[in-house]
Amino acid sequence: MKAAAFDYVRADSLGQALQLLAERGDGARLLAGGQSLVPALNLRLAAADLLVDISGLEGLRFIEPHGDGVRIGALTRHADIARSAWLVERCPLLGAAIAHVAHPAIRNRGTFGGSLAQADPAAELPACMLALDASIVAAGPSGERRIRAIDFFTGVYETALRPGEVLTSVEIANLNEQRRFGFAELARRRGDFAIAGLAVAGDARNGALSGLRLAFFGVADRPVLAPACAAALEGRAVTPTTLEAARAALDDDLDPAGDAHATGAMRKHLAGVLLERALAEALRSRGSA
Amino acid sequence: MTGKRIAIRLVVNGENVAADVAPRQHLADFLRETLGLTGTHIGCEHGVCGACGVRLEGLVVRSCLTLAVQADGARVETIEGVSDSGEIADLQSAFEARNALQCGYCTPGMLLSAQELLTLHPQPDRETIRDYLSGNYCRCTGYQAIVDAVEATAAARAGASR
Repeated sequence: MKAAAFDYVRADSLGQALQLLAERGDGARLLAGGQSLVPALNLRLAAADLLVDISGLEGLRFIEPHGDGVRIGALTRHADIARSAWLVERCPLLGAAIAHVAHPAIRNRGTFGGSLAQADPAAELPACMLALDASIVAAGPSGERRIRAIDFFTGVYETALRPGEVLTSVEIANLNEQRRFGFAELARRRGDFAIAGLAVAGDARNGALSGLRLAFFGVADRPVLAPACAAALEGRAVTPTTLEAARAALDDDLDPAGDAHATGAMRKHLAGVLLERALAEALRSRGSA
Repeated sequence: MTGKRIAIRLVVNGENVAADVAPRQHLADFLRETLGLTGTHIGCEHGVCGACGVRLEGLVVRSCLTLAVQADGARVETIEGVSDSGEIADLQSAFEARNALQCGYCTPGMLLSAQELLTLHPQPDRETIRDYLSGNYCRCTGYQAIVDAVEATAAARAGASR
């Protein structure tokens, strides 16, 4: 199908984009990589009076050190992340996850910030932000603010961004030597949205993981942490016994709904399967702890 | 009145092009209808099938998910361009030799994706080939012959460069 008519402005600056959003209100939509918005427009699931194209704002396309972590500009393309050996070395979770974000031609154009602002509950990057306890930086008419990932994703395609705000970057702290990461997902076809997936971050100590953050996606209306499951694994060696207890604890953390792709019970089962795979990867990565 | 036309200038297959486009027109329709470059195919029009693949600034993108107005100032290459230049002549021959197409609808996008893969990973294994082409649907061949053709081209190019 073809999109309905809209006007278009290519923004020259973030200030201009913010001003246009303020002036035009709900009728204006930001266009970045367009890999979610344009299909929605084509299918007439979304409409806009005005598209404010921010994809040319090169100042929002960067990957840089930030304290003991990294800062990633919102307009960084998925392919930029895959190609940044420095970033993938610092934060292997993003390298692992990005290979599952859609297909190469989509990754060439889709943006990091766009995927977060889209907030698809089955998408990889929002869950990674949750596992990494990232801060999402938003610019608005009254300045900049930081929103923790746990507070940012509020529902299906819903975020804590206010009308008129622009997601500009993401800050990930605490990428030290002890950090370990795991990622696993199940999809019908490589690059499709996940039926269920899991991003893991934690600190390795004496062959066990502590401070574990288990962020599941595809199992609720937003990416969700599994604190009961994490508590069952805290500081313990991953053995068949601890793994079984951790799987049982998932009952307290997850209550997935069923849909055309999988029943809720199947998703819960898959969450347990992914747990074992992602933990194995976390304990394996960066050599033995 | 929304939808005011916008003047764009771009380079398509090495030729300068100027046109006034409606903002809602995607690049695939612009290439096909305004420029008559019908080698770029439109399948699903929402980014799933991969038939509309073109190169924008050297990278393969979905032309159904790129607005023509966004290509202002950019360099675009279509299947016509890479065919005429001979850049993928060996890949095309391998597709023909191995029956890696039947109806041919997916082939332009498939060839562009495969060429990008071979540029980035000159010696891909079959798993890597399947991964890279995962965003290109083919409903005729069952993919086996396509993977064969890409693998054979990679091997031939490696041999030739030795």
